[in-house]
Amino acid sequence: MDPLLTSLAPLLTTWAADVSAAAEPAGLLPARQQMALSLGWHIVLACFGVALPTIIAVVHWRGAFRGDEGALLLARRWGKVSAVLFAIGAVSGTVLGFEMGLLWPGLMGTFGDVVGLAFAFEGLSFFVEAIFLGMYLYAWGRMDPRHQFWMLVPMAVSGISGTFFILSVNAWMNAPVGFDIVDGEVVNIDPWAVFTNDQVWMQFLHMWLAAFMVAGFCVAAVYAAGMLRGRRDRHHRLGFLVPFAFATVAALMQPFVGHLLGLRVAETQPAKLAAFELALETESPSPLRLGGIVVDGEVVGSIDVPVLGSVIARNSFTEPVQGLDTIPPDEQPPVNVVHLAFQTMIGIGSLFVLVVLAYWVARWRRRDLLGNRWFLRAVVACAPLSVVALEAGWIATEVGRQPWVVYGVMRTTEAAGDNAGLWWLLGATTVVYTAMTVGAVLVLRSMARRWREGEEDLPSPYGPEHGDAEVEPAGTGAAR
Amino acid sequence: MSLELVVAAVMFTGVLAYAVLGGADFGSGFFDLTAGGDREGAALRTRIDHSIGPVWEANHVWLIFVLVTWWSAFPRAFAAAMDTLILPLLLALLGIVLRGSALAFRKYAATLGQARFFGVVFAGSSLVTPFFLGATAGAIASGRVPLDGRDGVWSSWLTPTSVIGGLVAVGTCIFLAGCFLVADARRGGEDELAETLRRRTLVVGLVTGLVVFAGLLPLRADAPTLWDGLTGRALPLVLVAFVAGLATLGLLLVRRYAMARLTAVLAVASVVSGWGVGQLPWLLVDEVTVVDAAGATATLQGLLVAFGLAAVLVLPPLAYLLRLTQTKQWTRATD
Ligand code: HDD
Ligand code: HEM
Ligand code: HEM
Repeated sequence: MDPLLTSLAPLLTTWAADVSAAAEPAGLLPARQQMALSLGWHIVLACFGVALPTIIAVVHWRGAFRGDEGALLLARRWGKVSAVLFAIGAVSGTVLGFEMGLLWPGLMGTFGDVVGLAFAFEGLSFFVEAIFLGMYLYAWGRMDPRHQFWMLVPMAVSGISGTFFILSVNAWMNAPVGFDIVDGEVVNIDPWAVFTNDQVWMQFLHMWLAAFMVAGFCVAAVYAAGMLRGRRDRHHRLGFLVPFAFATVAALMQPFVGHLLGLRVAETQPAKLAAFELALETESPSPLRLGGIVVDGEVVGSIDVPVLGSVIARNSFTEPVQGLDTIPPDEQPPVNVVHLAFQTMIGIGSLFVLVVLAYWVARWRRRDLLGNRWFLRAVVACAPLSVVALEAGWIATEVGRQPWVVYGVMRTTEAAGDNAGLWWLLGATTVVYTAMTVGAVLVLRSMARRWREGEEDLPSPYGPEHGDAEVEPAGTGAAR
Repeated sequence: MSLELVVAAVMFTGVLAYAVLGGADFGSGFFDLTAGGDREGAALRTRIDHSIGPVWEANHVWLIFVLVTWWSAFPRAFAAAMDTLILPLLLALLGIVLRGSALAFRKYAATLGQARFFGVVFAGSSLVTPFFLGATAGAIASGRVPLDGRDGVWSSWLTPTSVIGGLVAVGTCIFLAGCFLVADARRGGEDELAETLRRRTLVVGLVTGLVVFAGLLPLRADAPTLWDGLTGRALPLVLVAFVAGLATLGLLLVRRYAMARLTAVLAVASVVSGWGVGQLPWLLVDEVTVVDAAGATATLQGLLVAFGLAAVLVLPPLAYLLRLTQTKQWTRATD
């Protein structure tokens, strides 16, 4: 399970308990935790679903059209890895589909037809991706690799469109459009407005880049770890370089896109921005607060850089970040979680810029950092950090929107059901997802080990031949 | 036909596709479970992996399709069903999660012990899932899902109709899987395996047929609205199911597997459509009709656009994938 979410869970529990002690439905708190766990888990796999087809396409193309056998081998292995990751991504996504209704009947019952179209198009994207995935994976040895390459293209495209459509739902929750409320009834529904919401584009782009960072750094880190163990052949260099190049482009663009996204937040969700920036009151110009938390209404432990807050959040030397004191107390998000999550993401994003620049600048000056153990260690660390940044970004977005589920329209308390039994569900989900994580790690590691030992086909071990191999894993384990 | 009915009909087509294509994937769990020890079961398990490996994810998306269409087009009925039927749905969901992940894990498991473990999880959850989905259908069809309020978290589905629904779902899945696998085995040149499968499928077919038709009787008292539909409007479908089921058994006896597969699909599709047509015009039986449950008209129209796009973008590649898996070259069990 996700370490960040686990460590944040108690924090979330305490604030949720005291923020909304008043008249909250029994299903609220467990539903929140359930949502955080299942979404936080799914999104990591979704990143691979979005980015891996494109990354595989590059090596497959080299292999199929340039006759680079080593590249084709990488494509084949990454394809097998993605078979495992996509399977658990698809089932965890299905969980979410059910959960939208099971956990938030008030949301789906009221607004299902407002945002439904986005989900329908998302479903279309999954369909295309699943079909071509099946073809790509099983085409090895049955189809010309040049023909097979084209199976990856619809997968990459549907990854983009799927991201766009699901993010349009989230953008809609942040900046709802496409309906009016008259006498408590939702009327004048325009389901297409969800796609033209201004917020969608930036959120989509930001998420798409994040997916390339997560997948890019995670794959590159595997080969960096291999190089640290002395496996410095061409296979490892290529396996490192291709995903790292993708991560580079994404890491360099991400701060700009994130900045634009932040500017939008200033317009549409001032309370969220105030929490991001820890602005308890309006200061003009506003400082940039690094770190710090609010204790009893005071900011403690932060480092303030004068004026920078206004520059970053408002693109101005004078315009302030609107303070939380201008927001009614029952419409304020829990400040500390949001602020820390937000700054974690930004901090990691800035670190990534340094790491990728270091590599390419050195290369430009004809130094090869792949021989540098500290650089390789840094890349290995980037893999978990990218996941932490991803989770932190979502926590900032989602918790920062509280107490609203649909910003300014529907409170989360109204969306939840009245089912205290959901705690059981949370417990069961924690067990199942932990088991799935263990299973995936176990299987992926054993695949890597067998590849290193030169076994390429990885036949399914039902028959007796492989049963005998079971007696001797001690020797093979030591090779790791 | 009104706009609402068109959307409902397309949604139900998704249910049918899931019942037939997804159903065959689920049903293979039974054959996996009963394949025997690792030596004698190896060939059959490899065949199952190979037959459902390329298609199960695509087949699974039909469920997503049904879900999103339901909540977009009929949001209140969706929320009501989710609220009342939370338990069977969660149990089905658990099965879906375990099955999908265990299938992928087993394929690449390193040791026999792991493969055995994941295999049992895969096979067991493959049987659990259709049961609870069938039970869910039974609760809706017997009029036990109120549009407002949610008493009946247990009582809505612990009923004869839901149990029958669950058993029918499990049985039809296994029957379909048998018919598909036997044809695949023959095409892959595994004649001995095909014989074993043929025998088991015949038995399963007989039992399932009995369950389906004996299961109709309790419906009269337990689900009167559905009973009226099944013995009225939907009667032709019930008859088609009967004839096609018998024909399948006959074709299996004379080893005409390709044909048997078609009649099996026809039989199962008729059983499922019998339920759908039988409960018209209700969406949630005795509670809300399809027309009354519909959400915004603009959304229904938008969904038609999505369906149109699906017909262009999804169906051709899906047909291509299903065709590829039926070629000799793709049936070979190496990869
Ligand atoms: C690898 C992950 C990653 C990295 C390195 C960054 N982000 Fe991010 N960020 C996300 C992953 C992410 C995310 C998880 O994908 C979010 C959550 C919602 C969304 O659309 O993207 C997000 C949300 C998010 C939001 C909130 C949008 C909202 O609430 O509507 C802002 C303002 C930023 N980001 C800004 C930045 C800036 C200025 C970064 C520069 C370093 C940055 N992010 C790096
Ligand atoms: C398109 C994307 C998303 C949608 C549609 C979505 C939807 C929702 C909904 C309906 C809720 C419950 C209501 C609420 O508490 O506001 C919620 C809460 C939450 N989601 Fe998201 N979510 C999305 C992305 C994510 C992701 C990827 C994460 C990963 C970490 C995440 C983390 C959370 C958390 C932590 C909460 C609990 C917030 C709280 O109540 O304090 N969300 N989300
Ligand atoms: C970023 C790109 C994403 C991709 C490629 C992706 C991938 C997937 C996949 C493969 C499925 C299952 C489809 C199937 O059954 O085959 C799925 C379902 C789902 N995912 Fe994701 N996911 C992404 C992001 C997200 C995010 C950010 C959220 C929300 C936080 C989310 C929420 C859902 C939901 C609600 C479902 C259920 C299907 C539905 O009802 O539409 N996904 N996703």
